[in-house]
Amino acid sequence: MSAANDKSVNVKGRLEVVKTLKLFVHGAFPRSESGRTIPVRDAKKRVVAHASHASRKDLRDTVEAANAAQPKWAAATAYNRGQVIYRLAEMLEARRAEFVSLIVSIEGRSKADATREVDRAIDRCVCYAGWTDKIASVLGGKQPVAGPYFVFSMPEATGTVAVVLPDGAQLLAIVSLVLPVISSGNAAIVIAPIHANAPLAIAFAEAVATSDVPAGIINVLTGMRGELAPWIATHRDIAAVAGAHLSADDAKALELGAAENLKRVCLFADAPKFEDDAFWHSPFAIQPFVEIKTVWHPSAL
Amino acid sequence: MRPTLQASYGLFIGGKFVEPKSGKYFHSINPATEESIARVADAGVEDVARAVAAAHKAFPKWSKTKPAERAKILFRVARRIQERSRELAVLESMDGGKPIKESRDEDLPLVVQHFFHHAGWCDKLAYAFAGATPKPVGVCGQIIPWNFPLMMAAWKLAPALACGNTCVLKPAETTPMTALFLAEILAECGVPDGVVNIVTGGPAAGRAITALAGKNGGKNGIHKIAFTGSTEVGKAIAKAVAGTGAKLTLELGGKSPNIVFRDAALDQAVEGVVSGIWFNQGHVCCAGSRLFVEESIHDDFLARLERRMQQLRVGDPLDKNTDVGAINSKAQLETIERFLKAGTDEGAQKLEVSCTLPKKGYWCKPTIFTGVQPSHTIAREEIFGPVLSVMTFRTPEEAVQRANNTTYGLSAGVWTEKAARALEMSNRLTAGVVWLNTFNRFDASAPFGGYRESGFGREGGRQGLSSYVKVGGVR
Repeated sequence: MSAANDKSVNVKGRLEVVKTLKLFVHGAFPRSESGRTIPVRDAKKRVVAHASHASRKDLRDTVEAANAAQPKWAAATAYNRGQVIYRLAEMLEARRAEFVSLIVSIEGRSKADATREVDRAIDRCVCYAGWTDKIASVLGGKQPVAGPYFVFSMPEATGTVAVVLPDGAQLLAIVSLVLPVISSGNAAIVIAPIHANAPLAIAFAEAVATSDVPAGIINVLTGMRGELAPWIATHRDIAAVAGAHLSADDAKALELGAAENLKRVCLFADAPKFEDDAFWHSPFAIQPFVEIKTVWHPSAL
Repeated sequence: MRPTLQASYGLFIGGKFVEPKSGKYFHSINPATEESIARVADAGVEDVARAVAAAHKAFPKWSKTKPAERAKILFRVARRIQERSRELAVLESMDGGKPIKESRDEDLPLVVQHFFHHAGWCDKLAYAFAGATPKPVGVCGQIIPWNFPLMMAAWKLAPALACGNTCVLKPAETTPMTALFLAEILAECGVPDGVVNIVTGGPAAGRAITALAGKNGGKNGIHKIAFTGSTEVGKAIAKAVAGTGAKLTLELGGKSPNIVFRDAALDQAVEGVVSGIWFNQGHVCCAGSRLFVEESIHDDFLARLERRMQQLRVGDPLDKNTDVGAINSKAQLETIERFLKAGTDEGAQKLEVSCTLPKKGYWCKPTIFTGVQPSHTIAREEIFGPVLSVMTFRTPEEAVQRANNTTYGLSAGVWTEKAARALEMSNRLTAGVVWLNTFNRFDASAPFGGYRESGFGREGGRQGLSSYVKVGGVR
């Protein structure tokens, strides 16, 4: 469906070309292997599209793609990652009107409210474009050990991170959780709740697809959080889980399964709302998705 | 100097020693003599709840104590431990079986440094978390292992206290003694009643602690669990804590690689491999238990290593010439013996120190297995004993691939005289600590902790403080 319209036939009687909503995996837009779709309703409960309903198999395929792409992204220079994320901000800006319109039509919010969210999301993306080559300075450093050793600690990417979105404002949620993950060299698999604003999640994926973010570094699966959570938690090749403002049940499902393989689960318990720039622009949003590696070498013969 | 011991020890709760409501006790055994050191309380569910209540009671005042005053208390603790170092080192060696030269020259200095280093953080936390206002997490439940008993107590307590938290600490069942002496020192130095509570006991006491994680939204429960120990128990704890909202850090097992390239300074590498696997009888989570030797130097290196191994003195932990002391407990000795059998059964060749072992006590000869395949049990599972598995590699690529072929990721060692190779290896090895041309070095300012199934969270330095604060309200 076109973002600008919530009617399929416009005033001049032309039949609108409705967008098929697909998943976003490794830079491509496949349908769910399961063939499942779920009707997407706008704020007035009218069916405006059909979203692909991601399955466990889709998740597994996406993990493979993300893990294949992640080492190269982590090995890219931090400067390069910054430029790529800045380019993503440019692509988001270009789709500003589409995002606003989708928030208004699907979430039923006012245009002013929607505009505020979109602007904040784009500005947050710019903020993270500037973080990539400063994370190591802020989170790592030279350690003043009591002996003749040169010791330094540095943050490294954890790997592939499943980003489990809460319901509610999707664009700000995506940006707030995905950018800390990818800016530090991880790959993200976004689980966008299919009943929240699936068209918006896919519009975000389209912005990613036209940016320079390498294939596989940001993937978007529209699906059911409850259905996918146990598989995310127990999948051995997902290194970490990111989430925020989730229910206690969701948290328990993710943390319990993750205990099997000790993947990192950061659900930002008690985190401020995504509107809070002080926290969501801080390195403390990035920190959970890096590992600190400390390297020692003798500094005297 | 021999420590002055009482016949029986209660639980340290609310600033004083109290008898356990469980009514149960156990004996802490000297593994070198199999004799009891003292009778120690075995905390039950009710005792743990009482300790947690004491920590809750102490929290409001301690967390609001002027940070510079908290600092002065912790500096004083560091100084007092330093004064009593000799006595604590002897007690540590008696209780755990580690050679006195290690408890004296490694453990105790690190214990003191941890308190001294973290004392200084108390009034500087805002600079450690620039732009944010770090807040204490609350009541911390800390469960520690038997390999570095006092050092682990210091690694847990010092950062927690510096950040304004209060603690319930459970030492390991086989090594409770030095923590009980520490309780006395903390009280003497002015750590307020209830700020640190020490509950001795076994796995049941540990489960009683994790069962309180985040209980009632944390109001009567534990806000943060910190555990050092096996990966198996770490997973059980992660399950117990799941969904409770409590903060969790885990420092778990390892099967760490020590990689020797043909261009290494070979005699230094031999020393590094020796300290990597035989330090503390191999009861070290980051022990270099998998040795990868470049194929072209395998025979030469093994000859040097075996010659050096034969020089190791095994025996009385309190003799200052001892290199390898007693195995910590009968149960651990049995575990190690099962691995030794598996090594031989699966076809590896065994080399061991030729020496006579004392008649009483728990002992294991330092052992090298050669001809080990990556699929062998002794190449995959953590033994936590003085047993080294030797494998080979041909290219740096293969070394990285084989070294990383494990579910663990705690430490790694690399021996080469080529700086660029050393740094490239350090980037490619999946480990929280990488030692280049050295091994088993620790420092209060240098974060320590694992990747993957070796756990999460760091201990030491600025990075380690994150485990004990809330930033932006986030646990």
